[in-house]
Amino acid sequence: MDYFAQQLINGLVLGSIYGLIAIGYTMVYGIVGMINFAHGDIFMIGGFIALITFLILVSFGLTAIPLILLVVLLVSMAITALYGWTVERIAYRPLRHSFRLAPMLSAIGMSFVLTNYSQVAQGARVKPVPPIITGGYTLHEGAGGFVVQLSNIQIIVVITTIVLLALFTWLVSSTRLGRDMRACEQDQTMASLLGVDVDRTISMTFVIGAALAAVAGMMYLLYYGLVDFFMGFVAGIKAFTAAVLGGIGSLPGAMLGGLLIGLIETLWSAYFSVEYKDVAAFSILIVVLIFLPTGLLGRPEVEKV
Amino acid sequence: MSATPAAQTSRAPGAAFIFKKALISALVALVLFSLMIGVRTEAGPQGQLIYWTRFGDLAVMVAAVFGGSIVVELLRQWWRPVDTVRIVPPSVQSTLAVARRAIAPVLLVFTFLVPVLFYDERYILDLGILVLTYVMLGWGLNVVVGLAGLLDLGYVAFYAVGAYSYALLATNFGLSFWVCLPLAGILAAFWGVLLGFPVLRLRGDYLAIVTLAFGEIIRLVIINWQSLTGGPNGVTGIPRPTLFGIPLTPGDDGLAAMLGIEFSPTHRIVFLFYLILALALLTNWVTIRLRRLPIGRAWEALREDEVACRALGINTTTTKLTAFATGALFGGLAGAFFATRQGFISPESFTFHESALVLAIVVLGGMGSQLGVALAALAMIGGFELFRGLDQYRMLVFGMAMVLLMIWRPRGLIGHRAPTVFLKHSQAISSDLVKEGHG
Repeated sequence: MDYFAQQLINGLVLGSIYGLIAIGYTMVYGIVGMINFAHGDIFMIGGFIALITFLILVSFGLTAIPLILLVVLLVSMAITALYGWTVERIAYRPLRHSFRLAPMLSAIGMSFVLTNYSQVAQGARVKPVPPIITGGYTLHEGAGGFVVQLSNIQIIVVITTIVLLALFTWLVSSTRLGRDMRACEQDQTMASLLGVDVDRTISMTFVIGAALAAVAGMMYLLYYGLVDFFMGFVAGIKAFTAAVLGGIGSLPGAMLGGLLIGLIETLWSAYFSVEYKDVAAFSILIVVLIFLPTGLLGRPEVEKV
Repeated sequence: MSATPAAQTSRAPGAAFIFKKALISALVALVLFSLMIGVRTEAGPQGQLIYWTRFGDLAVMVAAVFGGSIVVELLRQWWRPVDTVRIVPPSVQSTLAVARRAIAPVLLVFTFLVPVLFYDERYILDLGILVLTYVMLGWGLNVVVGLAGLLDLGYVAFYAVGAYSYALLATNFGLSFWVCLPLAGILAAFWGVLLGFPVLRLRGDYLAIVTLAFGEIIRLVIINWQSLTGGPNGVTGIPRPTLFGIPLTPGDDGLAAMLGIEFSPTHRIVFLFYLILALALLTNWVTIRLRRLPIGRAWEALREDEVACRALGINTTTTKLTAFATGALFGGLAGAFFATRQGFISPESFTFHESALVLAIVVLGGMGSQLGVALAALAMIGGFELFRGLDQYRMLVFGMAMVLLMIWRPRGLIGHRAPTVFLKHSQAISSDLVKEGHG
């Protein structure tokens, strides 16, 4: 039971990271109707920028952890958001009115570009960092001597996710930008006729998605203590799986899907085999989609005849 | 690209405008590259990360973006979309039309002659085999994506199934290539049907992610099922193909000895070349034949409109399953060929990158166009080879080329297609009128 509780905590933390990336997928899909294949690499870039910022701050002799974290968070969000904006400008905007597969392939091309760009720029080796935040709480001490622990970093990941999610929900539901985004999701032509700047809204969608991915990248760095140029691919596929599992286009769905994928992966590794954890996650995706073809919280597609 | 309303209405911008735009681009580049290029990290001797700055590189990159932005803007002014129909005289146009019709036969004859012309150029023969493998894969995937409109991101899974089927059957049971080839194809087709079942109800992007997940599952199983597949080490010692039982070896029972000619290792390469050419042409022939049959028309109907398709009484279940199975069959055959050519296979050859590459070939070719797929395979694989010397920049250039090609020709190289059935004259259909990948 204790073991299960510990795995549950680990799974939820991993799921929060996936959820943050999945929001980027789901938002872009909701508005542009396109899978942004480069999003996983944006997450990776976010991790790298957080790492470099952190190194620079530490070498300048800064020691106040909260201050460092805040600066790293802001810098990586800002620069990664600019990456998201640039990717949209270069690879997706020219193909806005093209047929569906073209932007998808240019997105795949962009993903290759970003992966290899960071490999060329930062080298192929894994970059480890020493644990920045240590310590934690012992929640329960079992009879067999097994201790259920909640580390500080886990708390930070979960709280950051919740805060960002709340902020983001507010943004979509109550601001001008959020209203524009929802309008574009419904009907881009109509929205532009009614005075919504569609191009700007789509750009902002990419910017926000990239900023959230940057937060996920930073959390990944803090939690696992490493980044490498290839981590975007696997994390991206998992997060995309999460978005689809939850029902692509639905924000609560993305978060739910992220948590589920995180839990499945962790529990499968804990009870069955570590090697097949990804197989388990993908298999469950396929099984869910067989019974719910639009995901858990997705709206059924309306077919026009 | 030029079709956006902004580009049509804007007047020719002045020098100040270009300068300002380039300056903004350079600023954006400065921020983007500041940490990723301006600072380099590496694990030091004690495992501690160290960093050093590379402001020189950063300055070069930003300057390059500034200059490049000006060049692009000038090019954009200079190159305007021209109405080719009005400018090119009709006589030239008819010549062009003849040339366009001649390109496929000429290309085919040339391909047949490649081993004769370049007999001594081992590199060109190897490259030819590689290109033809991708032509075959492209034609195979074209059945699924181009004809049936089902977006498949995990096509490499069938390639892997074919390769491993042949490798394992040949190394464990000693079966010959010609027995294994159909078996590999059938096994891959079986997996295609297996994948087809869960995705019957899915459409568009849900289909895409399930096929992607399927491809990853196959790859992960291959990596982890060490006792069967050898895991990451792969399968070694895969037997070379024989000419219907006659080995292409220097021994007494080899082909060279039987024909009484001197043995040369090039014989095997030439044989492999014609083998993959035959397999690719088989794919092409079957596809063209199937397109005319009711099943092929059902695929195309499915691509255009699934609801109308169902209303017409077409069984969408069998239509989708046969499309997946046919595509997978050809993928499996190509995989078996790949295994026998390499003599060694490992999971590294079957990554998502391969699926994306084949899909890019199909889309760039102008989906549904057989000639286009062949040209695109030549351009992508041949072009990729040009950058072999660039080493680590190769994939970077490849990704950029993919983006630029899509922006340049979102509809593919051959942006129109001949109809499958017609009443009196066959009129080219602009691909703007067909919608692929909506499955």
